[in-house]
Amino acid sequence: MSEAARIHLRNAQGRHHRTATAFRWSALITGGALALIGLSKRSKSGVAIATAGGLLSYAGAKVGAHRRELIARSSILLNCTPEEAYQFWSKFENLPLFMRHLESVTLLEENRSRWTAIGPFGRRVTWDAEIAFDRAGDVIAWRSLPESEIYVDGIVKFRNAPANRGTIITVVVVYQPPAGAIGGALSKLLGKDPSFMMRQDLRRLKALIEAGEIPTTEGQSHGPRTGVAAAARLINPDEPIKGEGNLTDIAEARRRAS
Amino acid sequence: MKAVCWMGTEKMSVETVPDPTILNPRDAIVRITSTCICGSDLHLYDGFMPTMEQGDIMGHEFMGEVVEIGAGVNRDKLKVGDRVVVPFTIACGRCFFCQQQLWSCCDNSNPNYWMAEELMGYSPSGLFGYTHMLGGYAGGQAQYARVPFADVGPLKIPAGIPDEKVVFLSDIFPTGYMGAENCNIQSGDTVAIWGCGPVGLFAIRSAFMLGAERVIALDRFDYRLQLAQQAGAEIINYEEVDDVIQLLKDMTGNIGPDSCMDAVGMEAHYSGPIWMIDRGKQVLRMQPDRPNVLRQCIMACRKGGTVSVPGVYGGFIDKMPIGQYMNKGLTMKTGQTHMMRYMKPLLDRVERGEIDPSFVISHRVPIDKAPEMYKIFRDKQDHCTKVVLDPWANGVGAAA
Repeated sequence: MSEAARIHLRNAQGRHHRTATAFRWSALITGGALALIGLSKRSKSGVAIATAGGLLSYAGAKVGAHRRELIARSSILLNCTPEEAYQFWSKFENLPLFMRHLESVTLLEENRSRWTAIGPFGRRVTWDAEIAFDRAGDVIAWRSLPESEIYVDGIVKFRNAPANRGTIITVVVVYQPPAGAIGGALSKLLGKDPSFMMRQDLRRLKALIEAGEIPTTEGQSHGPRTGVAAAARLINPDEPIKGEGNLTDIAEARRRAS
Repeated sequence: MKAVCWMGTEKMSVETVPDPTILNPRDAIVRITSTCICGSDLHLYDGFMPTMEQGDIMGHEFMGEVVEIGAGVNRDKLKVGDRVVVPFTIACGRCFFCQQQLWSCCDNSNPNYWMAEELMGYSPSGLFGYTHMLGGYAGGQAQYARVPFADVGPLKIPAGIPDEKVVFLSDIFPTGYMGAENCNIQSGDTVAIWGCGPVGLFAIRSAFMLGAERVIALDRFDYRLQLAQQAGAEIINYEEVDDVIQLLKDMTGNIGPDSCMDAVGMEAHYSGPIWMIDRGKQVLRMQPDRPNVLRQCIMACRKGGTVSVPGVYGGFIDKMPIGQYMNKGLTMKTGQTHMMRYMKPLLDRVERGEIDPSFVISHRVPIDKAPEMYKIFRDKQDHCTKVVLDPWANGVGAAA
């Protein structure tokens, strides 16, 4: 990694705590306001605003004194319609194809799914989630169930880019790992800069949807590497971003999505 | 297979490495018949571009025969057995930028997008054999190469045209041509071109193709200036001139060239205090670029003229004559070459006999001699202009 990159990442880590506190309060305030505005509208869009607002307040309120909260926020332009992007995302089983830390998402019953993330040294974290709000081609929000050992709440919004230049999707995910080993593993995984990780995930989504595959150099030929470089790669899983999207998985996901 | 590997600054070595394999559905494998050393490879040889790693396979100017294609490659566009030139930029063909024909800005071909993003704000497309920041793809100074998005980039070449007439469609001919196109040449214009390496030489010929009346070429090596003269340019050896800007004014009736092109880039050679500052900062790793040609282009260009920059830069620069740039109302155009726009039309020109690109070749050698050729090319020894490597010839033999 370049020196500039290192400095940037360090600064991002330093910013994180202030951002989280600010998020908590702004989430509570704007979320509450949105919920009130939404409810007062008594219309379809009112319900959507109220729900989004409610989710935000919920996320804000859950940010407790004993849990370290991590917020990932990013957006990206996709060269497809909001409906196509929605179709792909709303099948949560597709998410592990481009979310690097997710191993699997399986549907349990209507509205409920089981998520498994894979952390450093292969440590797995599993939680169940339910859909909090879902409107086709527009927005999906999900939240982990109250008894989960980790809270993960997320919302993704799909909107048309100007002049039909595709779809801008905006994603916010709030993680609250518990104290202890599992939480530590997850924090370590996400703590470098959750928004940075999210941005990489969205790039991979973009490539998958637009180009049909995620670019990769993983497994290509090269001459003799130094031991130092090989070790650095083992220690720092972010460098380089791998394109581990497996061919059969991608083909299968595209089949399911179409 | 044999491959030229970067083993550190000024350390190239021909290694035996595993043959490439298909990694993604839209990949193809090409058996390489001709491959070249590019002037921009010298920035890697000299260690000025960040994010190279020991063992990286070099090379981005190559052609050959398709020997394998992945399940996702459009069979109407490419099949096994096709003879192809492979462009140095990698493009998905489906993102916003590809659809705007801005191929070298493709959003989906750099797996290490974030590295370039950290340094440059955004990433251009992935490139073959040109740093991890720009994709980390294994390059084409080898016997085989893996080509991603193979139904977008590679240009089919009919039988009967020798490699040496078409291999430069992989980079330098389109790059020189786009450099000239970016000059916004109007009939009767005077174009000044800094750098008479292969890109500069192609740019001179392209400028005439596009209607330039006069081309003034600048370099410090007489053998290169001779090639520029053969291409029809008036020549200046800038090391023999006190004030290049004043000379260009004098040559143009005190108005200045209509367009100025920087076909040199980050490793320009000059003298005086400004050289000491730029070179010092480069050595201290404070600034990867020595941008004096760019400064001179801005200072020499006539009011309202155009500065075209095909030369490669890597980072931030200072002592930029922004006051001249602004007050003269200049336009600057630049970018990695949007290869797929130019390859087919330029192939047509070659087929019609309008240009024989093999005029730039000075050395044809087996791949095993690549490490020493890097040094010869960098040091401008032996009148070296362009090196073409044969990946399959037996290594022991004289340079021709």
